[in-house]
Amino acid sequence: MVESKEPPVKHQIVVEALSHTYRPARGREVLALEEVSLAIAPREFVALLGPSGCGKSTLLYLIGGFLPVERGAIRIEGAPVAGPGPDRGIVFQHFALFPWRTVRANVRYGLEKLALAREEQERRAQAFIELVGLTGFEESYPSQLSGGMKQRAALARTLAVDPKMLLMDEPFGALDAQTRSLMQAELYAIWQRTPKTVLFVTHDVQEAVRLAQRVVVMSARPGKIKATVDIALDRADPHIYRSPAFAEKVDEIWNLVRDEAIKAQ
Amino acid sequence: MKYLPLLLLALVWEAVVQLGLVSRDLLPSLTDVARAGWKLLREGELWQNGAASLYRGGAGLAAAIVVGAALGIAMAWWRAVDAFMGPLVEALYPMPKSALIPVTVLWLGFGDGSKILLIFLGCMLPVTLGAYNGTRSCEQALVWSARSLGAGRLRVLWDVVLPAALPEIANGVRTALALTFVLLVSSELIVARAGLGYLIGFLGEGGVYDAMFAVVLVVAFLGFFADRLYQRLVGRLLAWRA
Repeated sequence: MVESKEPPVKHQIVVEALSHTYRPARGREVLALEEVSLAIAPREFVALLGPSGCGKSTLLYLIGGFLPVERGAIRIEGAPVAGPGPDRGIVFQHFALFPWRTVRANVRYGLEKLALAREEQERRAQAFIELVGLTGFEESYPSQLSGGMKQRAALARTLAVDPKMLLMDEPFGALDAQTRSLMQAELYAIWQRTPKTVLFVTHDVQEAVRLAQRVVVMSARPGKIKATVDIALDRADPHIYRSPAFAEKVDEIWNLVRDEAIKAQ
Repeated sequence: MKYLPLLLLALVWEAVVQLGLVSRDLLPSLTDVARAGWKLLREGELWQNGAASLYRGGAGLAAAIVVGAALGIAMAWWRAVDAFMGPLVEALYPMPKSALIPVTVLWLGFGDGSKILLIFLGCMLPVTLGAYNGTRSCEQALVWSARSLGAGRLRVLWDVVLPAALPEIANGVRTALALTFVLLVSSELIVARAGLGYLIGFLGEGGVYDAMFAVVLVVAFLGFFADRLYQRLVGRLLAWRA
C-alpha cells in the first residue's frame, strides 16, 4: 500500500473547472456555469455577487450537493461532493420552514436526525431560538411570523446542527430594508462568535461589501467568475459604512457588476 | 339556524301528506317514518345492518386512503412509476365505479369482501390524484432543507412530502368519503344479505315504505354527519395553515 501524501487541507471548499447546463422541461438548454474555479478557506466569509441568471445560486446548490456535478469537480475537505449533508447548512431566500411544524419543532428537526436524547434536543433548540431572538414564539407556526422572524427561525434551524459551512442563498432578499440591515448585523455577529465558513449569494453590492472578506463577482450567460475582490475593512468600527473606504469598495465592485447587470436585462 | 330550510322541508313533507295532497303509498308521513325508524332501532335491525355497512365502508375507505396516497406520491416522485401507472390512472379515473359491482361480486361473492374491494377501487383514485398534485406542489427548498439537515432520501418522503401534500390529499379523501356512501348503498342494494342498502331494498320490496324511508333518511344523515366530522378533523389536522 502506498501511503497517501495529500497535503493538509488548506481549502475547505474547492471548485475546479465546474460547468453546469440547465435543462428546462421545455425550451432551450442554458449553460448556467462555465469553467468556474474557486477555493474557500475554513472560516472564510465569501460573497457570490452577480445579476440574476448568472448561475450563482446554481453554484451554491451544486456545492450543497442538491444538483449532480456534470463537468468539473467540487471537493469538500478533500472529498468529492456526494449529495447534501449536515456539514453544509443551507438558508434559502424564502426561508423553507416546514409550515406544519412550530418554530420549536422546525429548529428541532435536524437535532432529531442526530439521534440526541429528547432533553438534549429541546435544550439545544431552545438555545438557538434564544440566539436568534425568537424567545416567546416557540409554539408559533411559520404562517404566524413576519418575514424577518421566519428567516431567524430558518437560521436557528440550520445553526442548531452546527454545520461547518453555511450556504446562504440571498437569505435577506425577501426582507424589508430595516429588517435586512438588522439581520446582516446579527449574521455578522454570529459568524464572529462561531467558527463557520460562509458562502453568501447576493445581488446587493452593499450587502456583499458589508459582510464578506472576499467578494466573487460573476458574469451572466454563461456564468463565469469575472473578478475577485478582497475586502479589508475594520468592521469593529460601527461607522464603517459611512467611511470613504467602504464607499470606494462599493464603487469598485459596482463598476464590475454594472456591465453584467446591463447585459442581463 | 343554518338548518332552518331543512326544518321547513320536514314541515312541508308532513303537511302535504296529512292534507292528502300526496298519496301515502308514494310518500308516507314523516311521523309514520319516524315511528317505523324507532321500531327498527329498538328491534336492532338498524344496528345490525348499520354495523355491517360501517365495517365495509370503513375498511374500503381506509385501504383506499393508504394505497391511494402512497401511489399518488410515488407517481409524482419517481418518473418510472408515473410512466407506468399514469396512463392506467388516467384511463380508469372517469369510469363509473358502479360498473365494477358485478365484477367484484364475481370475484369475491355476496359478502363483505366484494363491497370492500369495490369501495377500495372506487375511492382510491381521487386520493391518488390529490396526493399526486400535492406532491407536485411541494417546494423543492423544503426537501433540500430536510436533506441538508440529515434526512435520507426516503425519509424525506415521510417527513416533508407527505405533510406538504396533506391539504390536497385531504380534498381527495373528502371526495372519496362521499363516493364511499354511493358505492356502499348501491352495491348493497343490488347484491347483499346485510347492510343499510340491503335493508332499504328489502323493505321496499316488502312494501314497508315508512320503514324504507326511515333507512333512507338514516343513510342521508350518516353521510352528512361523516362529512361534518371529517371537516372538523381536517381543520384540526391542518391547523398550521394560516
